[in-house]
Amino acid sequence: MRLGLLYQAWQNLKAKPLQTALSLALLGFGVGMVSLMLLTEKQVNDAFERNIKDIDLVLGAKGSPLQLILANVYHIDAPTGNILQREAEKVLKHPYIASGIPLAYGDNHEGYRIVGTEHSYVDHYGVEVAEGRLWEAPFEVTLGARVAANLGMTLGDTFFSAHGLKDQTDIHTDKTFTVVGILEPSGSVVDQLLLTPMASIWNVHAHEGEVVDPATREITAMLLKKRNPLAVLTIPNTLRDTNMQVALPAIEVNRMTQQFGLGTSALRAIAMLIMALSFASIFISVLDNIRARRHELALMRTMGGTPSTLYRLLLLEGGLLSVAGTTLGLILSRVGMTVLGQVVENQFHYDLSSMGILSSEWALAGAAVLVGLLASAIPARRSLRLDISRTLSEA
Amino acid sequence: MVKVEGVQFQYGAEGPRMDFPDFACAQGERMLLLGQSGTGKTTLLHVLCGMLRAQAGTVEVAGRDLRASSDRDLDVWRGQELGIVFQRAHFVQSLSLEENLALPHQLTQGRVPAEVLERMASMLDRLGIAHRAQARPHELSVGEQQRASIARALLHQPKVVFADEPTSALDDENAAAVMDILDREAADATLVVVTHDQRLKDRYPHCVTLQRQDT
Repeated sequence: MRLGLLYQAWQNLKAKPLQTALSLALLGFGVGMVSLMLLTEKQVNDAFERNIKDIDLVLGAKGSPLQLILANVYHIDAPTGNILQREAEKVLKHPYIASGIPLAYGDNHEGYRIVGTEHSYVDHYGVEVAEGRLWEAPFEVTLGARVAANLGMTLGDTFFSAHGLKDQTDIHTDKTFTVVGILEPSGSVVDQLLLTPMASIWNVHAHEGEVVDPATREITAMLLKKRNPLAVLTIPNTLRDTNMQVALPAIEVNRMTQQFGLGTSALRAIAMLIMALSFASIFISVLDNIRARRHELALMRTMGGTPSTLYRLLLLEGGLLSVAGTTLGLILSRVGMTVLGQVVENQFHYDLSSMGILSSEWALAGAAVLVGLLASAIPARRSLRLDISRTLSEA
Repeated sequence: MVKVEGVQFQYGAEGPRMDFPDFACAQGERMLLLGQSGTGKTTLLHVLCGMLRAQAGTVEVAGRDLRASSDRDLDVWRGQELGIVFQRAHFVQSLSLEENLALPHQLTQGRVPAEVLERMASMLDRLGIAHRAQARPHELSVGEQQRASIARALLHQPKVVFADEPTSALDDENAAAVMDILDREAADATLVVVTHDQRLKDRYPHCVTLQRQDT
């Protein structure tokens, strides 16, 4: 017969299903919210960090600098407009600029962006070719890993592009793209793009036989790497009288995360409040147990139970609640992350599905269990002072 | 097996002082501690069980000098050497009847030996509540609870059994039945029945009557 303290504690919790469920739900919800925020922050920050890699400046059309960054570095917003390629190349020749990667886009396939660029874009993110090769001629396409996986495309497949970044209504049926390569998964933005020569983007909108005048060729943006730190101060001045601007990804992303930070701080405060309530619930639960079960506890003292036995039993009940509530919270956060990841995948094609437990979550779990134990240890001390004679005489 | 000499007890510094008569009860003997309300029956019972500490006198139960023992030793000793049948049957409500019965073994030995389970099955069978072994205490009738309470007090084969008002709420027939069970199941133990029930006087010739304490 299994009748150890752990079993007794579990039976005692089961005997009060509503009280136990309330404590579990509160702790699970509180831990789950904090854990979900930690997971989201970590994955979003990682994605931002990965994609910002060595891009010091983004050159593009005037408009919101943040939009310029989100559109051209992360591909989660509409571009601010187009700029002339020859004007962009003037900036590229500036002595303070080391290199640049041009991007031209405006069409999509099944919601995935078709981006005209150079091989240096793939090199920049260190992405290897998994199958086939990189694009060379116009209308040749090399697919990002997620695009290939999600759309089930393979080498030799052909497709038409659709105008816009998501719409599938205005399809250019006169120009056929052909898949010539598929890239390895990289965890970068490249995974969700269809890469092609810039000429594909220019030609897809040209009439049959029409040659786009090099002087009027447009690109969407140019990702710049500076040679001299002064570029950050100098380049904006050189663009004052143009329709172009440069934005600094690091600053814009920092500004954005600070703005999000206000919201996440509020959410975190709410989650902490819920966790505090759950600890109060465990405290009250144990205290209530001692009051309601004082005859049982006194009875156990008459049957060989020592005060320390009773104390450990009550502590175990609080500990079980804390461990179960914390585990529930971590499970809930994974469920939340799966749902959120699906939304983000559908909306922005980003993968936020990593479910490993973060070191900060281990710390959160450890703290939750410790505080839960403390919340039960304080009221459980009453059991040490239980007056058996008086308690049994009351019954 | 039970020896009381010159025992005095006082609740706190201001409470009335109670003086209890001397008595002794040998191994395997049965005796009655008879007294009306206010005679200190329950107080004496708790002193004999080591739940209250006498301020003066000698209290020896099952070979142990209770005044000289630590609280922790008394806790364990109660679980090993004493069987207590309470006036109202107390149980751990979250455990089944058989788990409640096995609890003293678990608390004192950290496990429930197989032979205890066999003894339990046999005892529950004799008491007519074997079919209720898996039931929770609140699912038992008052009569079943009382028999279960007796089973729990005796299962670990204590040296001394104390029964507190075991017949107080019972008619003659049921009172006799309960006492028959107690006598039968505690045949090898010393049995001390604490009661105000005059009907039991004839059953146990060894009777100590407690007087109202007016000091």
